[in-house]
Amino acid sequence: MSDVIIQGTNVAHTHDAHGGHHGHEHHEQHFITKYIFSQDHKVIAKQFLITGIIWAIIGALMSVFFRLQLGFPNETFPIMEKFLGEWAKGGKLNPEFYYALVTMHGTILVFFVLTAGLSGTFANLLIPLQIGARDMASPFMNMLSYWFFFLSSIIMFVSLFIQTGPASGGWTTYPPLSALKEASLGSGLGMDLWLVSMALFVVSSLLGGLNYISTILNMRTKGMTMTRMPLTIWALLFTAILGVLSFPVLFSGFVLLIFDRNFGTSFYLSEIFIGGKALPHVGGSAILYQHLFWFLGHPEVYIIMLPGMGMASEVLSNHSRKPIFGYSAMIISMIGITVLAFVVWAHHMFVTGMSPFLGSIFVLLTLLIAVPSAVKVFNWLTTIWKGNIRFTVPMMFAIGFVSLFISGGLTGLFLGNSALDIHLHDTYFVIAHFHIVMGVSAFFGMFAGIYHWFPKMFGRFMNNTLGYIHFFITLAGAYLIFWPMHYEGIAGMPRRYYDYSAWESFKQFESLNSFISIAAVLVFFAQLIFVVNFFVSIFRGRKMTTQNPWGSPSLEWTTPINPGHGNWEGDIPEVHRWPYDYRDDGNGNDFISQTTPLKPGEEAH
Amino acid sequence: MSGFISILLTGLVFVIIYQIAKASEYATILRGEGKINARVNRTMALLLVLFFVLGMYGIWLCHDALIDKMLPISASQHGVEYDSMLLVTLVVTGVVFFITQTLLFWFAYRYQSTEKRTSFFFPHNNKLELIWTTVPAIAMAVLVAIGLRNWGKMTGAAPKDATVVEVVGKQFNWIVRYPGKDGVLGKRDFRKINDATNVLGLDWDDKDNKDDIIAQNGELHLVVNKPVSILIGSRDVIHDVGLPHFRMKMDAVPGIVTTLWFTPTITTAKMKEITGNKDFVYEISCDQMCGKGHYSMRGTVIVETQEEYDAWMAKQQTYYAANNAPAAAPAAEGTAAPEQKTDSVKAITMK
Repeated sequence: MSDVIIQGTNVAHTHDAHGGHHGHEHHEQHFITKYIFSQDHKVIAKQFLITGIIWAIIGALMSVFFRLQLGFPNETFPIMEKFLGEWAKGGKLNPEFYYALVTMHGTILVFFVLTAGLSGTFANLLIPLQIGARDMASPFMNMLSYWFFFLSSIIMFVSLFIQTGPASGGWTTYPPLSALKEASLGSGLGMDLWLVSMALFVVSSLLGGLNYISTILNMRTKGMTMTRMPLTIWALLFTAILGVLSFPVLFSGFVLLIFDRNFGTSFYLSEIFIGGKALPHVGGSAILYQHLFWFLGHPEVYIIMLPGMGMASEVLSNHSRKPIFGYSAMIISMIGITVLAFVVWAHHMFVTGMSPFLGSIFVLLTLLIAVPSAVKVFNWLTTIWKGNIRFTVPMMFAIGFVSLFISGGLTGLFLGNSALDIHLHDTYFVIAHFHIVMGVSAFFGMFAGIYHWFPKMFGRFMNNTLGYIHFFITLAGAYLIFWPMHYEGIAGMPRRYYDYSAWESFKQFESLNSFISIAAVLVFFAQLIFVVNFFVSIFRGRKMTTQNPWGSPSLEWTTPINPGHGNWEGDIPEVHRWPYDYRDDGNGNDFISQTTPLKPGEEAH
Repeated sequence: MSGFISILLTGLVFVIIYQIAKASEYATILRGEGKINARVNRTMALLLVLFFVLGMYGIWLCHDALIDKMLPISASQHGVEYDSMLLVTLVVTGVVFFITQTLLFWFAYRYQSTEKRTSFFFPHNNKLELIWTTVPAIAMAVLVAIGLRNWGKMTGAAPKDATVVEVVGKQFNWIVRYPGKDGVLGKRDFRKINDATNVLGLDWDDKDNKDDIIAQNGELHLVVNKPVSILIGSRDVIHDVGLPHFRMKMDAVPGIVTTLWFTPTITTAKMKEITGNKDFVYEISCDQMCGKGHYSMRGTVIVETQEEYDAWMAKQQTYYAANNAPAAAPAAEGTAAPEQKTDSVKAITMK
């Protein structure tokens, strides 16, 4: 393994020695190798991003459909029939398909958008650029990672159109519901496709993750010690470690589920009477699946959050023209979060009948996570304190990120405490909590990253005016949608219900549900502003005229405006200082690039 | 076709908006502004503060409108403790929320970029960091302590005098079984289930089953101020017994028996007075997604006085009498499945 990597670095150095004569940018590349089966990390990043955006639109549109049902259970929407056909006959959503939509919305957003679309994009784009490498440790594996994701996407997409509908057992797909074809329509072929797609997704994620880790550990440029890496890289490193260690467990859970579904085993099944007959399965445990699932499922939350945290740190510091406060504390808190992420999974299972004593241990460990999270928030606040803040679009999103992270994080203290969870579990409180923290907040981190690094990706800027509009509608909309849901949740209103009108305890929220649905539709259209802004700006955006438009000390801005494969034309720059040196450099700049040698007598940070 | 045209038109509208936005942006650049237009910067800082103020006002409005609906009055003993713990957590998080959000938006406004301003180089400060590591840690310790104390009480063993009732979920309704006169629930075996004559698969060789009473309408009758221990099971997929008014919840998992216990403190009749809603009824909601009818898997709890309960109970027929007295001989049992110790229900009740 190490041989290969050493060789990789040498190859990079050969490029330097020849002054870039052999650089890929000088080859006439065929369209297919340049844009489709590309091994250039920057192109792969764009592929992940664009695939992620397409998925995000599909996933969000699904939420519009089920929100229409929830907000207006007595109305019909002919437009739904146009999109969904038989599943919304006469414009009324079929309950079976409602559950399919809920399931797919979760799967798509959690895995395809906020895992592949987020860390796939930014790990690929930023790792080589910010640590000073020509490409990933294995560009080929990196390419495979995208194409496995693509294949997985295709299968999931196909599953939307089959006759029995896609998987409909919730994104967590708990057996026996997901294991037995008799239990629901979606547990037929749709579930098989879901499992195959997710298995391929795990492969993609592992190929990517191993690559990110080995690149960060082995391919940093001269002088780029671990403690001179930007926090984005630290965050992406921990994200990759979490993924590599926990995705295989999920995979094993899926394999057992595939066996139970197709080969008559009883890993998760026991004493079941369904479809008019008793099944032969005895001795399995439905709870086993939940343990395997949440062993990934909880780290997954941090796989989603950490890249946003890293990018928000970078953006907050850069646009405040001030170093990130407590660089080491930020790294230590991320280590804390990463380690704890592995030992809190059972807080999703307090009411499954798990031993209450075991539950207490998970309460303690879960609430411990609040400490590193709090440290991060205070450090972000101190970062902008006494700064010189430029309210660029990425900065707006980074501020929004912090605001949402606080709001969503605090409600975690309710749910992580089993004595409170026993009432709030599986209610709208949970929906509100995780949508604010790992949904919208993670999206804000992602948006901050997209607006900030768009110039690096495409050599053009996104439109600011539209960016600001997008920001305010989304931030206000997100709060309007999810804030009132806390109240519904405390009232005990269960999640994943198709219709509440028959319930004496919950029908009082009818008008509130309509309100939430209207806000959700508005926010959906606001995202289209972003989509248009993104795609039109690729071709028509204001062109970048300087290499370093944000005045950032980090390495990615030392590359040419439109870097070719290999990133730097000449030698890879050497690094002399940490990435947050926002000080007067003596030439009228308010930052000192990482490539600037230390002045005589100056101490490295 | 019309759909296609409308999509095309929507796209066109977006492109036009984009072009206008772009033109206005070029105009500001031509006016010769720096990296970021100073006017835009001021506006955005103001808008953020405005957002914060409106947001806080919105939170107040929302609270004002929904507070009455938020938490139904607690109808169980431990529910009262639950509510006070919820309040403590709400206050702690509310204070943190208010302080941090205020600082965030205030700093953003206060330290907006101006001509003269330079940022303060402040990379770290160990003392500060130590403070905001320890303070949250202590706060967490307090919350954990309160939580674990309550958790221990809620999930601890039920009082000895608790009534035992079994609630079994199936797609998509609840079946309630009362132990009858002997107070013991008999063995059941999923292989003996028959939707017509034996919904829970009671083993008729077990005499404890003979006096058990089964209610298939999902009605759970409880006596006020008397602790009840509910054994929970499932016939098919995972369900969940959600009791919002009693602040309780527990999954129904096929193959295992889960339990919960509580003491109802307010009768249904009393609750109708309290809420002023003559249709009021305690509901059992299924809180674990179980298929297409999940949203309709509704049970009810009727809390009544001992006399009312006794009167109701006297009218009930045992399930055995209802289904086996006229014509016995269950045909499906011919193969006589091997006796497995899957009757965990009994094991628990016998303790």
